Amino acid sequence: MADLALAPQHAKREIREATAWDQLKHNRNFLGFWFMLPAMAFLIFFLAYPLGLGIWLSFTDTRIGRLGHFIGTENYEWLWDDAIFWLSVFNTLLYTFVASAFKFAIGLYLALLLNENMPFKALLRAAVLIPFIVPTVLSALAFWWIFDSQFSIISWSLKHLGLITQNINFLGDTTWARICVIFANIWRGVPFVAITLLAGLQTVQPSLYEAATLDGATSWQRFRHITYPLLTPIIAVVMTFSVLFTFTDFQLIWAMTRGGPVNATHLMATLSYQRAIIAGQLGEGAAISSAMIPFLLAAIMISWFGLQRRKWQQGESND
Amino acid sequence: MSSVQIRDVRKSFGSFEVLHGVTIPIEDGEFVVLVGPSGCGKSTLLRMLAGLENITSGTISIGERVVNNVQPKERDIAMVFQNYALYPHMTVANNMGFSLKLRGARPDEIKKGVARAAEILSLTPLLDRYPRQLSGGQRQRVAMGRAIVRDPQVFLFDEPLSNLDAKLRVAMRTEIKELHQRLKTTTVYVTHDQIEAMTMADKIVVMHDGIVEQIGSPLELYDRPDNQFVAGFIGSPAMNFLKGKVAVNGVAAFEGPNGVRLPLKSAPANSDGQPAIYGVRPEHFTIADDGAEAEIVVVEPTGSETQVFAKLGGEQVVAVFRERHRFNPGDKVRLKPDPSLVHLFDDASGKRLNA
Repeated sequence: MADLALAPQHAKREIREATAWDQLKHNRNFLGFWFMLPAMAFLIFFLAYPLGLGIWLSFTDTRIGRLGHFIGTENYEWLWDDAIFWLSVFNTLLYTFVASAFKFAIGLYLALLLNENMPFKALLRAAVLIPFIVPTVLSALAFWWIFDSQFSIISWSLKHLGLITQNINFLGDTTWARICVIFANIWRGVPFVAITLLAGLQTVQPSLYEAATLDGATSWQRFRHITYPLLTPIIAVVMTFSVLFTFTDFQLIWAMTRGGPVNATHLMATLSYQRAIIAGQLGEGAAISSAMIPFLLAAIMISWFGLQRRKWQQGESND
Repeated sequence: MSSVQIRDVRKSFGSFEVLHGVTIPIEDGEFVVLVGPSGCGKSTLLRMLAGLENITSGTISIGERVVNNVQPKERDIAMVFQNYALYPHMTVANNMGFSLKLRGARPDEIKKGVARAAEILSLTPLLDRYPRQLSGGQRQRVAMGRAIVRDPQVFLFDEPLSNLDAKLRVAMRTEIKELHQRLKTTTVYVTHDQIEAMTMADKIVVMHDGIVEQIGSPLELYDRPDNQFVAGFIGSPAMNFLKGKVAVNGVAAFEGPNGVRLPLKSAPANSDGQPAIYGVRPEHFTIADDGAEAEIVVVEPTGSETQVFAKLGGEQVVAVFRERHRFNPGDKVRLKPDPSLVHLFDDASGKRLNA
C-alpha cells in the first residue's frame, strides 16, 4: 500500500522535451540497422568481399606469390581465343542441362512414388537420402573404382555375362567419361530433388485428389491438372538450386577425372582451379570463374520469374 | 435423380470394424441427413457411397445399379467436401467446369453449364476469381456449384457448414434447403449438428458407434425417440433423464431420485417396480402446484425463452419457459412434466418403454 501512495509522486516528475538522442533511441529504423549489422558484416566479409576480390583479380595479372597489375580485360581477351576455355563452357552447359533434366525427371518420379502409401515408407524415404549424405569425395572415389579401366565391376559383370569381350575404358574415352561424370552427378543430386518435391507433394490436400477423382479425373489427369500446377512453385525453387549446384560442381569431377581425358570433362570450375591454383595464374583463373557469373545470373533470373507468386496464390490466405 | 439403397453395409479398417451392418433406404429426391457424434461412422458411410472407400460387405445401389465395384466417376454422384476442396490454381469458372472438361465437353457446353450453375447460386460476378479471393460462404457456394454443374443422380455433402461462422451457417442452411427444393436431387448430407439435421432433413438417420439408432422424419425423432441415445441427441437443450422405477399404485407414476414422484400417463403392462429412465424435454416442464419441488440453481434468459437449471430430487435438470417467470437462484418452484409428453426408457438397454 505504501508503494501505491508513493507512486503519484513519480508521475509528477517534470515532463521534459525529448532530445534528438531520445528520439533516435526509439526510432525503429535506427534500431533495426543495429540488429541487422551482424548479419550484414557476415555477408560482407564472407560473400561480398571474396566475390569482389575475385572479380578484381580477373582484371589483373596476379600470380601466386606476385602482386599483379591492373591489365583491363586482357585475361578475357585471352580466354576468348582459348579453345579449352570454350570446351569447358560447352562441357559445363552439357553437364548442367543433361544432369538437371535427369535429376528432375527421376526426382519427380521418386517423389510421386514415395508419396504413395506403401510398406516401410519411412525407411524408404530415409534410404533415398543416402547418396546425399555420403561425402562427395567418398562417393566420387567409389565411382572412380566402379568405372576403373581394369577393375571396373561393370566391365567385369558384362564380361561374365558374355556381352563384351574387353573392358570398357570408362574414364579414358571422352564420351564414356562424360556419361560417367554426369551419371555420378545425377546419382548424387536426385535425393535433394526427390525429397524437396516430396515435401511439396505433401502440402497438396488429399481432398483435392478425391474431388478430382469424383470429377472423373484419371490418375494421369490428376497429375496433370492438380499435382503439377500446385507443385510448380517448388519445382522452380528446387531446379534453380539444382542448376546452380551442378553448374558450379567441382569436387566430383576433380576426384574422378581431373577434367580429362583430353579436357573432355573439364568444367569451368575445374579449369579455373587448374589455371589459378595448379598453374598459379590467379588472374586468369579468376577470369574463368567470373565468366560463370552471367550464366548463373541467367539461371537466377529464370527462377525469379518462375518463382513470382502466381495469380492464384495472391489474395486472402484465411483458409 | 435416383433412389439409393444401403443394405447391411459393413466397413472394417484392418480388424477394426467401424460400421456394423447399416441399412438405409433413401427415396428418389429425398434429403437425408446422417447425424451422429464424431466417430460414429457417418462420414465413412458417405465416402463409401462416393466410392472413396471400399465396402467390406453389404451392397450400396444407386438407382437400380449395385455400385460396390463401380468407379467413383461412374457413379454419377457429386460431393461437397468439408474443406470445399476447391482447386486453388483454377478460377471459379474452371473449378466448376473441371468435371465437364474431363468428360470432353465442348467449350461452349462447359460455359453454358457453368453459367447455369453460377446463376442458380448467384456466383456469376465471381466466375473469374480464384478461391483465395473468396470468403468462406462464397467458397462453399462454389463447391456446391461444382456439384450442380455435373447434374448428378445424388448429391453428397460431408459436413459442409462446419467451417463457417454461426451466422453464415444458418444462412447457408436455408440456401442448401432451398436449392434442394428447387433441384429435387436426392441428397445425402452428413453432419454432427442435430440442429442442421432437424432443420434440413426430410429424413434423419441417427448413427452411433457404427450402427443406425433410428431413422425417421425430424419430428418423429423428436416426439418419439426409439431409445435413450436418440432422445438425448436430438433436441437442444438436451432431454433430462432421471433414474428411478415405475410405481403403479392405482395410478401410474414414476418414482425418481430421492423418492420424487413424477407423473406418467400410463405405465407399460406389468412394469410395477421396474427400473427405468424417465425422460422429459426441458420445454415440457410447467410450473404447477402439483409439481415436484425443485430448487433453482441458475437462470439463463435468452430473450425469447428462459433456461432454468434446477435441482429436482438432487439431480440437475433444465427447464425452458417461454413465459417470463421471475426466478432467482435458490427459489423453490414446483416443476411438472407434461405426462402426455414424457418418455420412458429401459434402464439397461435404453429402449423405449412407453407407447
